[in-house]
Amino acid sequence: MTAGETAGAPASGYQDQVAQICDSYDNDPHRMLDILRDVQDRFRWIARETMQTVAEKTGLTQIAVEGVASFYAFLSLAPKGRITIRLCDDIVDQFAGLPEVTESFEKALGIGIGETTSDGGFSLEYTPCIGMCDQAPAAMINDVIVTNLTPEKTRALVAALKSGKRPEDLISPDFDDLTPHQRAVTMVENNIRHAGAVLLGPAAPDAGLKNALDLTPSRIIKELEDSGLRGCGGAGFPTGRKWRFAAETEAERRFVICNADEGEPGTFKDRVLLTERPHLLIEGMTIAARAVGAREGLLYLRGEYIYLRDLLEEVLADRRARGLLGDGIMGVDGFDFDIRLQLGAGAYICGEEGALISSCEGLPGEPKTRPPFPVTRGYLGFPTVVNNVETLCHAARILDRGSKWFFDMGTEGSHGTKLFSVSGDCLNPGIYELPYGLSLKELLEMAGGEDAAAVLVGGPSGAMIARDTFDRKLTFDDLATGGAITVFSKDRNVLEIVEYYMSFFVHESCGYCTPCRVGNVLLQKAVAKFREGLANPEDIAYLKDLSGTIIETSRCGLGMTSPNPILSTLENFPLVYSAMAKPSKDRIRDTFDIQSAIDGARKLAKRRSYVFDRDFSQ
Amino acid sequence: MPDSQDAPAADLPKARIATASLAGCFGCHMAILDIDERLIDLMALVEFDRSPLTDIKKFTKRCDIGIIEGGCCNEENVHVLQDFRENCDILIGLGQCAIMGGLPAMRNAIMHSDEPLRECLEEAYITGRYIRNKTHNIPNDPALPLLLDKVYACSEVVEMDYQIPGCAPTGDVIFETLSKLLTGKFRGFERETIKFD
Ligand SMILES: Cc1cc2nc3c(=O)[nH]c(=O)nc-3n(C[C@H](O)[C@H](O)[C@H](O)COP(=O)(O)O)c2cc1C
Ligand code: SF4
Ligand code: SF4
Ligand code: FES
Repeated sequence: MTAGETAGAPASGYQDQVAQICDSYDNDPHRMLDILRDVQDRFRWIARETMQTVAEKTGLTQIAVEGVASFYAFLSLAPKGRITIRLCDDIVDQFAGLPEVTESFEKALGIGIGETTSDGGFSLEYTPCIGMCDQAPAAMINDVIVTNLTPEKTRALVAALKSGKRPEDLISPDFDDLTPHQRAVTMVENNIRHAGAVLLGPAAPDAGLKNALDLTPSRIIKELEDSGLRGCGGAGFPTGRKWRFAAETEAERRFVICNADEGEPGTFKDRVLLTERPHLLIEGMTIAARAVGAREGLLYLRGEYIYLRDLLEEVLADRRARGLLGDGIMGVDGFDFDIRLQLGAGAYICGEEGALISSCEGLPGEPKTRPPFPVTRGYLGFPTVVNNVETLCHAARILDRGSKWFFDMGTEGSHGTKLFSVSGDCLNPGIYELPYGLSLKELLEMAGGEDAAAVLVGGPSGAMIARDTFDRKLTFDDLATGGAITVFSKDRNVLEIVEYYMSFFVHESCGYCTPCRVGNVLLQKAVAKFREGLANPEDIAYLKDLSGTIIETSRCGLGMTSPNPILSTLENFPLVYSAMAKPSKDRIRDTFDIQSAIDGARKLAKRRSYVFDRDFSQ
Repeated sequence: MPDSQDAPAADLPKARIATASLAGCFGCHMAILDIDERLIDLMALVEFDRSPLTDIKKFTKRCDIGIIEGGCCNEENVHVLQDFRENCDILIGLGQCAIMGGLPAMRNAIMHSDEPLRECLEEAYITGRYIRNKTHNIPNDPALPLLLDKVYACSEVVEMDYQIPGCAPTGDVIFETLSKLLTGKFRGFERETIKFD
């Protein structure tokens, strides 16, 4: 046992506390993620002894509990500091000054990334995108978000924390007196740059729900089908069709799940909807419940957005109090529906709907084999509609204003408006709600990013686009995107960006499929070779070949899209690769450097090479 | 055999073949001998130049084909491989060690160390549990070639033209491949002959 582990060993009486936590979730193994989150909060780590208690209480084996505890980045099997600082290490943050910010955190705390201070006060970590890309560099300090970090700001933060202030006090001296909404907007700016007609403009509260109650479930679904609404979480599946599948599957119970995992680097639109339109979202979920016949709903909120928990709980409570959730909604006998908030714990893969369902079920967040699809066999084996936050908000507005109103916006095949999360090298990062069909160029002009050299559309699982094709249209059929638009200026190194995003996928692969678990590591290494000038011209074919294998043989969307940063840059920035590849001389590889290869041995043996050191005889 | 389609035609000029064992176990060279009596057919088509099989240590002339067993773990391997590339028209990697580094490349797995090579040698000669090394030293005779920082596949050091997979490839695959290459009929491997499960 290391010193750290001894220091953090659970205090005596821990069993009672752990048992209490389990009791508060009725010892339900499906609530494992909540139980372990609470254990983590209470003890700042999940010790073996506590896992044993959890296992006994929930009737699982200890290894099953450990399987969950070890899966999520925010659960820790070694003691963490009372204050854990998680810096977003996305390439956007790196370009916005993360190295300097990291250095000043490290200096001020006296520890490096991945370490905990010896007094157990602080831990410092890197984490992928936390959805604050428009105000990078950003970090989580326990449950609090800090943004626009600079070295000076960092030093002041650490000094305040060391003097005994709570992370909350860093946000406002009157933090406890603020409403949940005030807290959220004091921590994080919304940066709404353009409000469109559907989501961010004015809307009559619960008008959609009222209309829905006058319609049969099948008519509600028909409205959605006619509206042309397609999923906003990335895959673009027609929402009406998804609801109809779930409604038509015979079952005793059905579920509606809102996917608020928003993990795709560069995406932060759901954050803004959750902050500014939470009622619209719950209204949308309630309409979905009415349409498919669900009595139970889950709102899966990514662990990084825990600062929005109180706000959302308040909204749910308010709606229950006003008869908009619970039994007999709006006085309609038999229309019962309620929603439980499920927090995630730092895993990008949990945004994939199968993994999200696994996570809600208290399992490690691993995708499920498809088919069956969630609409036929989802949460706990019952038909489940999983929709993105934005999709559900749209649905509520469609029921308010009618399918034709929505259908008439946008273009053929891509109807209505879309929220774009613009970040990176532009003057006005933030949220733009615009009808589908505008060109990337038009969006860049609005955001003050027209000098961009490269734009990542749809995050790393999308495509990197070069200047010469900025006139392409933002639609499902041309440049499809869940909403992330990450802008890079000509000063940025494309290969550095690609390598970062490959390391992101390496980190976030759930590890189930070998091609995804191992292949992404090989891809990252191959890109690193290009960056170091050690790649051969044939390595370009190797990249394509390996990418093809990973895409073809992976079980879920992560592996099917993880090679995209490479494939799209090979296509759109071919010179970046060919300029770095070194051809052989006389068929002997110029990329193999014998001098650096024997340097270590030369020092160990304290002699020179009799083959490769010219002056060996001297 | 002579009437088989793949049998080498006897009227071509003889091809010169050289072979070398780098960081390998010599198993691939033993596998060449697994051609058994077909070696006689093959010898009608080829003559061997530099090779452990002939004990010729230096190239006597330019060769048509060089066959390499093993990857590169030390400077001498690199030197020999580069020499082969310069003196052979076609280079064939024979066996997994030549293709990927193979078993010797297990030492490449020592990654989380500032001095992986030292760690590897110390475990091999000093600290390993089953080591009986009374000198407590890592061997360092001046005649020993310097080790490389890691084991390299042949294709990382020079361009390779063909690779014959297996550990070791069977005599059948070696004979088939060589005789087809010599008669210009090689079109890739039959899946059945190179799958190992
Ligand atoms: C690796 C991966 C991550 C995903 N992350 C998210 C996410 O964070 N939010 C989201 O809404 N959908 C995400 N999705 C898509 C979901 O699987 C699913 O398609 C979506 O939630 C369906 O909702 P929609 O039809 O409303 O878009 C992800 C998919 C994959 C493969
Ligand atoms: S593709 Fe990757 S993330 Fe998806 S199931 Fe397989 S290993 Fe897990
Ligand atoms: S491939 Fe196998 S048989 Fe050939 S040298 Fe390597 S270990 Fe020996
Ligand atoms: S928060 Fe750092 S890139 Fe999204």
